[in-house]
Amino acid sequence: MELLRDNNWVLTIGTFLPIVGVLIMLFIPKADEVAHKAVALATAVATLAVGVWTLVLFDYGQAEKLQFVTDVEWISIIKSSYLIGLDGISLPMYFLSMVVTVLVMIYSWDHIPNPGNPKAFLILMLILQTGMAGTFIAQDLVLFFVFFEVVLLPMYFMIGVWGGEQRQYASLKFFLYTMFGSALMLVAFLALFFKTGAESFAIPYLVENGASIARNTQIWIFAGMFIGFAVKVPMFPFHTWLPDAHTQAPTQGSVILAAILLKLGTYGFIRIAIPVLPEAAKEWAPWIGLLAVIGIIYGALGCLAQTDMKRLIAFSSVAHMGFVMLGISTLTPFGFNAALFGMVAHGLITGMLFFVAGSVKERYHTLEIKRLSGMLKQVPRLGWIMGFCAMASLGLPGLAGFWGEFPAILSAYSPAEGLPEETFRTFMVIAAIGTVFAAGYLLWLYQRTAFGEPSAEFTGHGDGHGHGHGHGDGHDDIHDVTKFEWIAWTPLLISIVVFGVYPQLMFDVLDPAVKATLAVFGG
Amino acid sequence: MLVNQFLMLGAVLFCIGVYGVIARRNAVLVLMSIELILNSVNINLLAFALRNGSADGHTFALYVIAVAAAEVGVGLAMVLLVYRNRKSIALDDLAEMKG
Amino acid sequence: MLSASTEAAEAVFTSGWFLDHVWIVPIIPAVAFALIIFFGKRLPMKGSELGIISMLATLAMSAAAAYQWIDRVEAVDKEVFVPPVIKAWTWWSSDGFSFGIGQHIDGLALIVLCVVAFISTLVQIYSVEYLHGDRRYTHFFASLTLFSAGMMNMVIAENMLQLILGWEIMGLCSFMLIGHWWEDGANSRAALKAFFTTRTGDIGLLVGTSVLFFAANEWTQKTLGISSFTIRGLSAWALSGEPSSTAITVGAVALFIACIGKSGQFPLHTWLPDAMAGPTPVSSLLHSSTMVVAGVFLVARLYPVFFEGMNILGTNVNFIVVIGGITIVIAAALAFVQNDIKKVLAYSTVSQLGYMMMGLGAGAWLPAVFHIFTHAFFKACLFLGAGSISHSASHHSFDMKKDMGGLRKYMPITFMTWIVSTLALCGVFPFSGFFSKDEIIDNVGHNGYNLFMIVGLVGAFLTAAYMTRATYLTFFGTSRGASAGEHHDDAHGSHDSHATHDAHAHDTHGHDDHASHGESQGPRESGKLITVPLIILAVLAIGSGFLNATPFGEKWEKLKVWVEPRAEVVDATSVALVAHGGPGEVRALPAAEESEDGHHSSPCGSETPKDGVCVAPQLNHAKFKWSKAAMSLIIVFAGILISWFLSMQLYERKNKALVGLTQRNKLLGAGYNLLANKYYLDALYENVIVKAIAYPISRGAYWINQKVLDGAVNGAGIVARVSAGWVYRNIDQRVVDGAVNSSGAAAQGAGSALRPVQSGKVNQYGALLFGAAAIGALVLVIINT
Repeated sequence: MELLRDNNWVLTIGTFLPIVGVLIMLFIPKADEVAHKAVALATAVATLAVGVWTLVLFDYGQAEKLQFVTDVEWISIIKSSYLIGLDGISLPMYFLSMVVTVLVMIYSWDHIPNPGNPKAFLILMLILQTGMAGTFIAQDLVLFFVFFEVVLLPMYFMIGVWGGEQRQYASLKFFLYTMFGSALMLVAFLALFFKTGAESFAIPYLVENGASIARNTQIWIFAGMFIGFAVKVPMFPFHTWLPDAHTQAPTQGSVILAAILLKLGTYGFIRIAIPVLPEAAKEWAPWIGLLAVIGIIYGALGCLAQTDMKRLIAFSSVAHMGFVMLGISTLTPFGFNAALFGMVAHGLITGMLFFVAGSVKERYHTLEIKRLSGMLKQVPRLGWIMGFCAMASLGLPGLAGFWGEFPAILSAYSPAEGLPEETFRTFMVIAAIGTVFAAGYLLWLYQRTAFGEPSAEFTGHGDGHGHGHGHGDGHDDIHDVTKFEWIAWTPLLISIVVFGVYPQLMFDVLDPAVKATLAVFGG
Repeated sequence: MLVNQFLMLGAVLFCIGVYGVIARRNAVLVLMSIELILNSVNINLLAFALRNGSADGHTFALYVIAVAAAEVGVGLAMVLLVYRNRKSIALDDLAEMKG
Repeated sequence: MLSASTEAAEAVFTSGWFLDHVWIVPIIPAVAFALIIFFGKRLPMKGSELGIISMLATLAMSAAAAYQWIDRVEAVDKEVFVPPVIKAWTWWSSDGFSFGIGQHIDGLALIVLCVVAFISTLVQIYSVEYLHGDRRYTHFFASLTLFSAGMMNMVIAENMLQLILGWEIMGLCSFMLIGHWWEDGANSRAALKAFFTTRTGDIGLLVGTSVLFFAANEWTQKTLGISSFTIRGLSAWALSGEPSSTAITVGAVALFIACIGKSGQFPLHTWLPDAMAGPTPVSSLLHSSTMVVAGVFLVARLYPVFFEGMNILGTNVNFIVVIGGITIVIAAALAFVQNDIKKVLAYSTVSQLGYMMMGLGAGAWLPAVFHIFTHAFFKACLFLGAGSISHSASHHSFDMKKDMGGLRKYMPITFMTWIVSTLALCGVFPFSGFFSKDEIIDNVGHNGYNLFMIVGLVGAFLTAAYMTRATYLTFFGTSRGASAGEHHDDAHGSHDSHATHDAHAHDTHGHDDHASHGESQGPRESGKLITVPLIILAVLAIGSGFLNATPFGEKWEKLKVWVEPRAEVVDATSVALVAHGGPGEVRALPAAEESEDGHHSSPCGSETPKDGVCVAPQLNHAKFKWSKAAMSLIIVFAGILISWFLSMQLYERKNKALVGLTQRNKLLGAGYNLLANKYYLDALYENVIVKAIAYPISRGAYWINQKVLDGAVNGAGIVARVSAGWVYRNIDQRVVDGAVNSSGAAAQGAGSALRPVQSGKVNQYGALLFGAAAIGALVLVIINT
């Protein structure tokens, strides 16, 4: 594979700039919260600026090639090198991680969750950013693994320290689950390394040589990676950490988790597992497809049973990632494009939904669906935004969610050669049924929380008749969308519309890279 | 060769020495018995050296004499000290090292 | 004009700026929507002016385009294929599949486009008065405008994806508008139900589109060089004789399921009557005249697919006809037991949509499309009339039995327009409904669907009867309840009335405003903004039928010329050219020119076209016969008279033989219960299916999640912890640590055992030493010997 090495500084800088911010913040006393917020935000913005510059420098005519490649010897004893590069597949996710971090930083300006300590919180977030960006540009398995794991710790602490009531349980579960997956993944990586002659961990090298591994061995190696990535996605039945982690995580954590972290898994499938082990991928594809559609239906059913808004959104992630995995399981460029689009769309939409949920929690101090109602009346703008996101999430054409969902369904009609067509067509129908469920739980949620009259519990001051009753504590802060929220949300809302109206923006970038990736199938 | 006789002499000396070490209670006598043992060894060494026609045995014997002199010196010094403290050199009284 | 030549005929078609730029039409309301949302509240009329202006602009543009289309069509001979005006841009592409967006303008698109623009304009004007002072006035207009944008986008759609886009936007607007007064739980539930039900049907849309796309793409790419998402590509493919019967049948059935949901056909019709919870202008625009015909439109749009997939002219029973026929009768029957005037109209809409479907299913394409056209006017008029009554006479109640009666004296204009529209709906000559409905029934019979012709006639009888009942209850007899000037505060007629009442009360200051709403004045005629649209619609309810008045001979059949696509075999390359938006030149093949006896017959639809393609099947038209028309007219009059008589007896004279008959007669009682419970379909859906999914199944799944999967994880954790504890206690503490400890003990034991040896006696040590040396020597000796 031809590698373009021009301007290769942008990736390294873009990835490690947050660490510079962290170093600066280490020398600022803990009490100076504003300075911390300012430095963190400035770092994130500077990183985003580098990201924008990357977008500018990126050669869209050659999106299928790795660009900005840096290849420096790193750990020579295991033949691992610092090999990074960016192509059309990585670019959207890489950039999205930067955008989301900035937005989360803005949101954090006046939303530092309990028990405070912005210094630690923001430092963790910056480290997280490095990990996320690094994962998407790493072209060496060891490097990939390192970044993949770097992400884990900050998230663990974010949930464990700033989380809800059951944060200990949730964070531990999150950590152990992903560690378990990672362990198998590492074994698979090592197996891959030795089976390809212990020459190199570089992904381009492995793509060229992976196919020569004996079929049975491939299947076993794939199994290891499958579990590692599937836990992260998360696919049914490895998803149970997700609702807990999301529910307990602070808003910022949930947003990053939904928007970026889950995509590390699907990205791993697209970047590593499938291109490197094509034979095994073919063998596994129907099973992945099956788990994906089970996830779609099952996630939706899980949503319908929820009484907590955040948990419901978390379960909807399981369903949506099911669509992404369905697209991937077809092993066609069409399906991959759909999956990658779905990843970005889900990141934007579900990230936004978690923002909304966080703001609702902040105002009402509860996310219990039963207790909330009439949000449209009490906080009309927030209610509208939530409605908008619900519509986007259920796949309304014209908004981004649709372009992840519909093409995924479409792609299941004709999977790659050698895969069982009838099976996949059945999956298609099931997935289509899943869209109805999506409409069901989202609108049901919306109807119960946004419509109707605000419940008496929260209208202590709302009527303007007389002043607060005895139990009116906390109702004062039921206010509409604040300035910082607007700044943090508007970019997401606009992107949802822009990508919905003109999906070609992204498909243009994805398509060549995906085709190049799937060239291993000879198609 | 008269090796057998030398060896016999060595063995006798050795046995007398062993007897002295085990049976005598006087520390000085025990030291002297040890000297006997060492010298029985010396006789053996010389006997074999002569028989084999090499100087090794002589060399070792000289070493042993040197070491034995040192040993007796140290041993007598200790006995002297013991005697000063206890007014006795009977080994039966020196059972402080009993486990 | 060149039809008689034996050579390949070439025709050059005129176009015009408006025709070429129809794609701008949906953009206008879309932009207006954005403007209303962001700036509406600051404008003097709170955004309604933007909506109305945009609607007027779209109306003007679509009318101009229609005019240019008529020019284009009339310039050529009646059998010559007139290519649609196509524009397409790439919307997105993935893996070599390119998906366009643009316009596909032909007679069908334009007629529906004009209807949508026209009715939208009138309804928006009407709403200015009707929703005056509503709390979400601006949002209401925004949603209406967005709806129009969605519908227009669907109508002009160049391909299936663009169509789906419009289709779903309409669904969204329907949700927002039905739930406009969402403070009331009933309204928001109705909105949810509407969206959810249509969305269930949309599974079919997604699946059908996918199936057809992959089945046809190869052919369309090869033959026409376009993707098979395009309407024209799919149409040509369907008639090419190429498709396997399975693929096209599956595709057609799946798409039709979507139409069932959207157009309120049996068995997914249940959402439509509930949708009446929305404000009346919404019912009038979305849930009678425009949005609900989307399903019918889709069938008409992709007619070749359904034609081939359902084998429409080859059988005398097919899926579409059956669904349409069932819908006609069951919906009409339900209309009899409704007390809410809007629900009567809603069921009537369902029933009329059944006619359209049945017509399409039986090969009566033009009559069905014609019925879309005429039905839009008179049904919109009826709904707006109902709104006028509730607005000005019955104090926001829609209950005919409680709050209406005798209104003809107070509301002459509303009454007159109502009567005109009712007659049109019943199909009385010379009102518009007669021409369209009679033609459907006639053609259904003509194409061999005799059974369904009878169903149609039964439906006509029922229609006449329930409309007479509703008219009687509303305008004749004595005034009751609110229309008699009674104070109405404790009467909660329907959800809608309550919600309306609510909305007014909340927004304005207390009850002061209600004085002007007629409470103290009693019933009176509505204002100009309401009556003028009613009058315009009533005029069209009479006049629109003459656009295709078959009874008066061929020169009256304008729509047949303007709208019906011509079934001509044309050269594939020239179609491909048109398909790419090239010049409007079409080369017809000589094969199509066998019209010696004036009886034109094209092979399209019946056999495989040689060397060319068709985009429309050849359909037959029944010859109009007064005898048949007379029969249906007699049936209609019978319905009116019988119903009138019964209504008089029941509601005015309180005839003892009739009142309470359903309680006395078991059979009738059972029938009444069946109808009152809407055939128990709602109960089935809501209590059985939805409840099952929402409660036991989802709970079960969640239980599995928590107990089984998560339980497995937690269990693994617990097992790990327990086993770790066991290991700790038993292995670590006992074995490993035990070994360490016991070695100590062993050492101790050995020590104390050997203690006597350490006597401290030098002699003893010496003895041991020598003993040991002796043993060692002995061992050496033994070994060496």
